[in-house]
Amino acid sequence: MLEVVGIDAGYKDLQALWGVSLRVNEGELVALVGPNGAGKTTTLKVISGLIRPTAGNVLLDGHSLIKEPPHKIVELGVSQVLEGGRVFTGLTVMENLELGAFSAKARKGRAENLERVFALFPRLKERQRQRAGTLSGGERQMLAIGRALMSNPRILLLDEPSFGLAPLLVEQIFRMITEINKQGVAVLLVEQNVRAALELTQRAYVIENGRVVGEGSGEALLSFESIRSAYLA
Amino acid sequence: MLSAVAQNVVFGLLVGGLYGLAAVGLSLVFGVTKFLNVSHGELLMLGGYAAFWMYTLFRVDPFFGLPLVAVLLVILGFILYRLVFVRMTKLNDESKIRNTMLVGFGLGIIFQNVALRLWSADQRGITTTYSSQVLKFLGVRFPVVRVASFLIALVVLVALHLFLKRTYLGKAIRATVQDWEAAALLGIGTERVYLISFVMGAGLAGLAGALVSVGYSIEPSMGLEWTLTSLIVMVLGGLGSFVGTFVAGLLLGVTQSLTFLWLGGTYREVVALLLFLLVLVVRPQGLFGVKEG
Repeated sequence: MLEVVGIDAGYKDLQALWGVSLRVNEGELVALVGPNGAGKTTTLKVISGLIRPTAGNVLLDGHSLIKEPPHKIVELGVSQVLEGGRVFTGLTVMENLELGAFSAKARKGRAENLERVFALFPRLKERQRQRAGTLSGGERQMLAIGRALMSNPRILLLDEPSFGLAPLLVEQIFRMITEINKQGVAVLLVEQNVRAALELTQRAYVIENGRVVGEGSGEALLSFESIRSAYLA
Repeated sequence: MLSAVAQNVVFGLLVGGLYGLAAVGLSLVFGVTKFLNVSHGELLMLGGYAAFWMYTLFRVDPFFGLPLVAVLLVILGFILYRLVFVRMTKLNDESKIRNTMLVGFGLGIIFQNVALRLWSADQRGITTTYSSQVLKFLGVRFPVVRVASFLIALVVLVALHLFLKRTYLGKAIRATVQDWEAAALLGIGTERVYLISFVMGAGLAGLAGALVSVGYSIEPSMGLEWTLTSLIVMVLGGLGSFVGTFVAGLLLGVTQSLTFLWLGGTYREVVALLLFLLVLVVRPQGLFGVKEG
């Protein structure tokens, strides 16, 4: 469904990605793991259109995304949650969710998607009138994911959803991600928490210094000697 | 003495409402696009002349002509955005502020000189049949046109507030103010939001200018002073709070007016700038602004 083919990309003079390729199939849960600064976030931003690649292509069902603006890519069914969630703290929980269904297409399914988000995250329903700035870190992450689901995406790009959260909350967030995936949404999960990510996913890519250096099932990668020594020691 | 104070407070409030209206336009544009359009005051001046000539040539009542002035300035804003400002949307925030300031100064000089050539340096003002009417209440005078201007400014601000709070587009604008990247990732077309905010800012400047031309006077060189006043009010009130901006406008109006009464005209700007510095030192986020995070 989603294919990243030989992407080069970077910031000004600094090239961050070198021929990155990866693939996410319909309904799949795929992890992209690697150390800090390896290019995980950049890869997601290229897919969602925030960063233009200098070479290569991003294809959704064979349709190229690299010339499309970010808001158009959302309409096509790709929804990204930025690192740290980045909820609109000055707006209420409900307003944040409403904005997740901004496109005309998403607006039609708003009530239905809202119900689905509230079913996944009952806490958000309780707090819908509160300003998002008053939420805890875990709740903000839930809101960010819920907000991204409001456009009824086919694929969800998650950037470090566990970052800065207490272990118990991390477990809860990961359970929710599995649940969302079971509902038919493909997920590309970027994580530094390598063990948790690899245990969760069917397939994973390992990225280092802007290059994909390994691919395989989560279990297979877990037993890779280089990965064990680099990330799990 | 007491009545003189009350009178000056009233005059301060009445002009302060227009400060608020002008500043809200600047603040809306700056908040969304991070464009510091220092030709905002010149747009206000052009709005004033539009109202003046509509009245002088076609006898269009300045209050009924307001929507037309707003439309004219929105069109001008659209042209300016498409021709000039759109080129700066992709810059980082710091270069955006720097470049738009330079461009704004240039545009301001152009507008000022065009106005000078077309309409001369004379001070102008709209004098309608009802311009001299004054209401008296407890010995305090309320000039009718200024009261009407103040009320219109208030209505426009309430409408703007409701637009930003209640409508989808308004919420998208507030979201873009806070985090354009996150907004773009929700399917909000940020380029469109930038354009809409920019033309709304121009429209608000036009409305303020038209109201200034009825209750006060206009001249080609007025722009810079209005830009500075708007900037001061914007910072006083705090970014992201349009109600705060309006209240800050009132505060500045009253401060200037009382300074004028007690210290004389020379100190009017000084005290305003002192107030500005004081707020920056004590509450850098502005009187009503929310802290980051």
